[in-house]
Amino acid sequence: MKVDFNIDIHHLPRVEGHGDIRISVRNGKLADAKWAVVETPRFFEMMVKGLSAERVPFLTSRICGICSISHSLASIRSLERAMQITPPETAKIIRLLAMHGETLQSHALHLFFLAAPDFMGTPSAVPLLQSHPEVVEAGLMLKELGNELSIATTGRATHPVSLVLGGVSKAPSKQRLTEIRQMIADRKPMLDRATDFFMTLRVPEFVRETEFISLHDGESYPYIGGNLVSTDGVKRDENDYLAMTNEYTVDFSTSKFTRLSRESSAAGALARFNNNYEQLSPRAKEAAAAFGLEPVCHNPFMNNIAQLVECHHIIESTEAIIDRLLGDDLRDIKTDYKPKAGAATGAVEAPRGVLYHYMETDEQGKVVKGDCIIPTTQNNANIHYDLNALAAESLAQGKGEKEVEKLCEMLVRSYDPCISCSVH
Amino acid sequence: MNHLGFELEKIKIGSFDFTCCEGCQLQLANRESHLPDFLALLDIRNFREISSERLDDYDIALVEGSITRSDEIRRLKSIREKAKVLVAFGTCACFGGVNALKNKFPQEETIRTVYKDKLVETMPAAKISDFVTVDYSIPGCPVSKKEVEEVVVGLVTRSLVTLPKYPVCVECKQRLNTCLFDLGEVCLGPISRAGCDAVCPSGKTVCLGCRGPAEGVNYDSFTELVKEKGLSTEEMNEKLAFYNGFTDYLNHEG
Repeated sequence: MKVDFNIDIHHLPRVEGHGDIRISVRNGKLADAKWAVVETPRFFEMMVKGLSAERVPFLTSRICGICSISHSLASIRSLERAMQITPPETAKIIRLLAMHGETLQSHALHLFFLAAPDFMGTPSAVPLLQSHPEVVEAGLMLKELGNELSIATTGRATHPVSLVLGGVSKAPSKQRLTEIRQMIADRKPMLDRATDFFMTLRVPEFVRETEFISLHDGESYPYIGGNLVSTDGVKRDENDYLAMTNEYTVDFSTSKFTRLSRESSAAGALARFNNNYEQLSPRAKEAAAAFGLEPVCHNPFMNNIAQLVECHHIIESTEAIIDRLLGDDLRDIKTDYKPKAGAATGAVEAPRGVLYHYMETDEQGKVVKGDCIIPTTQNNANIHYDLNALAAESLAQGKGEKEVEKLCEMLVRSYDPCISCSVH
Repeated sequence: MNHLGFELEKIKIGSFDFTCCEGCQLQLANRESHLPDFLALLDIRNFREISSERLDDYDIALVEGSITRSDEIRRLKSIREKAKVLVAFGTCACFGGVNALKNKFPQEETIRTVYKDKLVETMPAAKISDFVTVDYSIPGCPVSKKEVEEVVVGLVTRSLVTLPKYPVCVECKQRLNTCLFDLGEVCLGPISRAGCDAVCPSGKTVCLGCRGPAEGVNYDSFTELVKEKGLSTEEMNEKLAFYNGFTDYLNHEG
């Protein structure tokens, strides 16, 4: 049968930033498939040059409107390691809580408002307000909980105020922490109900083996710092981030591509899950089991479910952290420091995967060189090769143009790409 | 929808992004408890970040981001033609924002630093009013959702929409914060437009002026204050340049 068509999705909707899916089919067979990022570059690596180190986290947080806390903390970690500043324990715990808030908010936004409409066949989550009000409400309340955590720990939900070199400039109030502890108790059942809802959705079956990269320390589920590991057995020090990423440019994308042991690799919730399953909380493991999700899972659509599993982990971990902070006097939150020349990498697990900032300072503490490698950049090649495999497989199964288009859109969205972030 | 017995029409709205982090648009989905009521005021016609439905008839266009490429100028102008009211949404759209920090470097060096030999088009980051007429500005990095709600309610009820004219210090004092100048820091609160509830100084970090200058500020006296306190004018200038909102002042200083 002679079937020719092109799928050209310009500025894919319901993702952060601007990316295009371009597929051409000739004689019923895949001729070409591309994941093309067309976002305008902002050149943050240039902007940091000459800036005082203390100002840098306030600049780099602006790389992303969704994961600004991760960017701020990646810069802080790299600059603290470069200038040998050790933040107090209490500050580290407050930072972890801030990461939990951001991840919960980001996962809730993606799962309920960007991904769910694909499974429900609606253009956005707005029609779901009518058809599934309890699901939308659960999504909103979990997202709000994440934001409230970020506000309590950093002063604001987007672009943190009190994350600074040396620690945090202000501790959350115990009253607010107690209120959030109560919010968690009230909203936990909503996450359980939402989990039941996601179990009714059909996750497409598609497998393309790849290499999953994340942080790993063997003790706790990774958020701030750690070794760099892959499911192909690579293990490296945090400072060796370049050897993990091997960035290269392609002519059809303004965002770079990366690779490690294979033609592509993946970062994100599924990568963290695959490398750190043992460190998940008991309820998170239960939720994973309910979906049949086990490491190492190679179905990219299951990244959605891995995010849901992480929401359970975050809720349990947050309760424990708040209890610990309530028993702390919250006074020792910032270490004084003197600017110093140095260079180091700061790696954190942003909601969409491992994020690297590398900073070099001079003796006055001005940044002389900066480099940021974004999770979505590390997923671009994987998305690209997945698109090729998925389109070819779907065509072989006799799927038509509309079906292929929808599956390809869903595939890209499963990665929860943060495109403006990747073209920083 | 009914307000004080009057039937109100939903406003047809589109939300668009250019060179930015999309954090301002994301604020539209915050304050979740108010979200269903807020959405009841809006007929969302075009909002790529949250919906795959894209319609071209909208009355109000929220435009986020600065302009750094020629295709963006064309897209911005076409949005201007369709919208009755165009709102510069956030600091990047209002002033160029942090993106303008690259403007001080030679363009070729900038491109080579990030992309090596790959050809990449870019131009100095510019605010949107350099290319189209702007009817309203909502500054902020990010915008304050509360202020956005006030503006939207103002538009729906056809009432006057204004921003605070006074500086951040007014709100900071209302929150009983210790002045950061007294802690030895250069804070731009005395010259920056309020409306953020002094969120940064309340978190014990300095105001970097993301909302641009307050009305009728006395720059000379601000510079005097910095010098009087024995603080660094170099640091002051780094802060003034951060969001590109004080270009007049920096130029005046030479």
